[in-house]
Amino acid sequence: MNKLESKQVNFYYGSSHALKDINLAIEANTVTALIGPSGCGKSTYLRLFNRMNDLISDTRLTGEVIIDGVNIYKKGINVDNLRKMTGMVFQKPNPFPKSIFENVAYGLRVNGITDKKFIEERVETTIKQVVLWDEVKDKLKKSAFELSGGQQQRLCIARAMAIQPSVILMDEPTSALDPISTSKVEELIHELKTKYTIVIVTHNMQQAARVSDHTAFFYLGELVEYGVTKQIFTNPNVERTQNYITGRFG
Amino acid sequence: MKPFFKNFSEKLIEGLLMICGTITSLTVVLIVFFLFKEGLGVFNKKAVEEGYVVMVNKSNPVNSISPEDIKNIFDSKITSWKDLGGKNDSIILFRLEDISNYFTDEQIGENFEGLPLLLNRVVDSIPQILAFFPEKYLGKNFKGREIEAGKITFSTFFGGKEWFPTAQPAAQLGVMPLVMGTLWVSLGAILLALPLGLAAAIFLSEIAKDKVRRVMKPLIELLAGIPSVVYGFFGLVVIVPAIQKLFNLPVGETGLAGSIILGIMALPTIITISEDAMRNTPRAMKEASLALGASKWQTIYKIVIPYSISGISAAAILGIGRAIGETMAVLMVTGNAAVIPTSILEPMRTIPATIAAELGEAPDGGLHYKALFALGCILFIITLVINLIVEFISGSKKNRRV
Repeated sequence: MNKLESKQVNFYYGSSHALKDINLAIEANTVTALIGPSGCGKSTYLRLFNRMNDLISDTRLTGEVIIDGVNIYKKGINVDNLRKMTGMVFQKPNPFPKSIFENVAYGLRVNGITDKKFIEERVETTIKQVVLWDEVKDKLKKSAFELSGGQQQRLCIARAMAIQPSVILMDEPTSALDPISTSKVEELIHELKTKYTIVIVTHNMQQAARVSDHTAFFYLGELVEYGVTKQIFTNPNVERTQNYITGRFG
Repeated sequence: MKPFFKNFSEKLIEGLLMICGTITSLTVVLIVFFLFKEGLGVFNKKAVEEGYVVMVNKSNPVNSISPEDIKNIFDSKITSWKDLGGKNDSIILFRLEDISNYFTDEQIGENFEGLPLLLNRVVDSIPQILAFFPEKYLGKNFKGREIEAGKITFSTFFGGKEWFPTAQPAAQLGVMPLVMGTLWVSLGAILLALPLGLAAAIFLSEIAKDKVRRVMKPLIELLAGIPSVVYGFFGLVVIVPAIQKLFNLPVGETGLAGSIILGIMALPTIITISEDAMRNTPRAMKEASLALGASKWQTIYKIVIPYSISGISAAAILGIGRAIGETMAVLMVTGNAAVIPTSILEPMRTIPATIAAELGEAPDGGLHYKALFALGCILFIITLVINLIVEFISGSKKNRRV
């Protein structure tokens, strides 16, 4: 079964039509890259899956956005619970003004978990999962702002994973990072794939080619082409895709 | 020619700007200088009426009497020299008019020409005497000893429990009731204004829709522009009677009325500054919290408030500052009793209200006048400390957000 799906999704910011009739199905435990020039709607599309666009006033959605067979925009859906199923990693590292430990524990605490031992174990395993443990194990009580940008971003990934979502949404997670940190995050994405369904928005063609199984190319609010990454990058069906990935526009 | 002219005019403008800057800074320095020069003049002055001397018998070991002691002696609350550090003898108080108890009118003489001699005899013959009389009747070879009476020192000024600058024979200049009044009223104001202001700020920055915000924010900022006398009227007409009725008091002019008015006046400061601080919370940080399944309210109190806590504290402290320095409205509603308060439902008097109310009656350059300046110094120091705290807090905020 498809993990994530959108059926005839249209999205409007006020009067501007940001997403036009998007139909897409994403399989579980795969990495899907959303590519396209700035303003093409790929971030907007990503944010549909945890209803982050609800925070923006004067927006409108038609169509169905489906996770595990359930339309997440139907009436009676508890948005807070929905967001527990989907972790999100943002463009810039945005740790909370709290200690390293508390950053990762935050998701557990706001979801009502108070068992100290459980929280400690979960924090440790999650930080180990993002391969940050050796770097921070002696300073868990220190402010998260003391970490480097790359470390902060991995911490933010750990924070998103601590509540054990089944989907991780990444909005240009490496755009603010140096090459070494970027490759660390990419390795991580590769490992996480076995447990999570990952959707990643990226501006970096090589990154999309390296990390993803499937790629979707967006242009001016339309889904131009969707397919296996290898095929999109070597033999796209649509000429616009070809032009974009070879750098002729965008 | 042209480049020269350009150069010249630029130099001229620079010079003008520098002069303006210098004048402003100098003004501030001058204000502080004169305030403290006048204010510090109150110390080591005597609280006894000008032109009067205080004499004791030479055998009396007591060297000085504080203004408060003088008052207590006149009120018969102190009757023994022992209380003043002397012998175990009762005090015999002698005022000029008491002279007729000792001598006849003939001895005094029609134009009081016999007075100096007689005063000398009285003071010399009664060991327990404490005599007050005008300096002009002090004869040559006076056998008594003048003692330092009613000298105003730091401890009598700051520790004094009574403010009665026109008292006879010794002015009572204890600032304790005024400082306490100021602190009580300001503390009450901040206790009322902080929760309300914070709630309003949270509502405006996190919950209110844009439309609501666009109406409410200017409305709140308008509060800051209302003259304080108008607040005073409002307090007098609405709050004072309400308090009187509610607590069944003889008068409604109480510290509480002042606190409420000052609280309302501090609201715009608290709301606008803390709202700005909250709105500065990066959107990504709030989104990250919500994306983890935190509710809106959890996000507010676990992320937004901790993130903006320095701005919120600055708002609170500036609010207190506003309250402490406020004069007119407080003067109108607090009842102005210079008594150390025991409850917020008593009339109180604040430092600024005292200065405003009494400066007109204080003779230029006199003791009372200088005492009011000293009050101004206290107020200045309090607000300076408050500003330094704000500076410190907002400074540490900058360091945190690397």
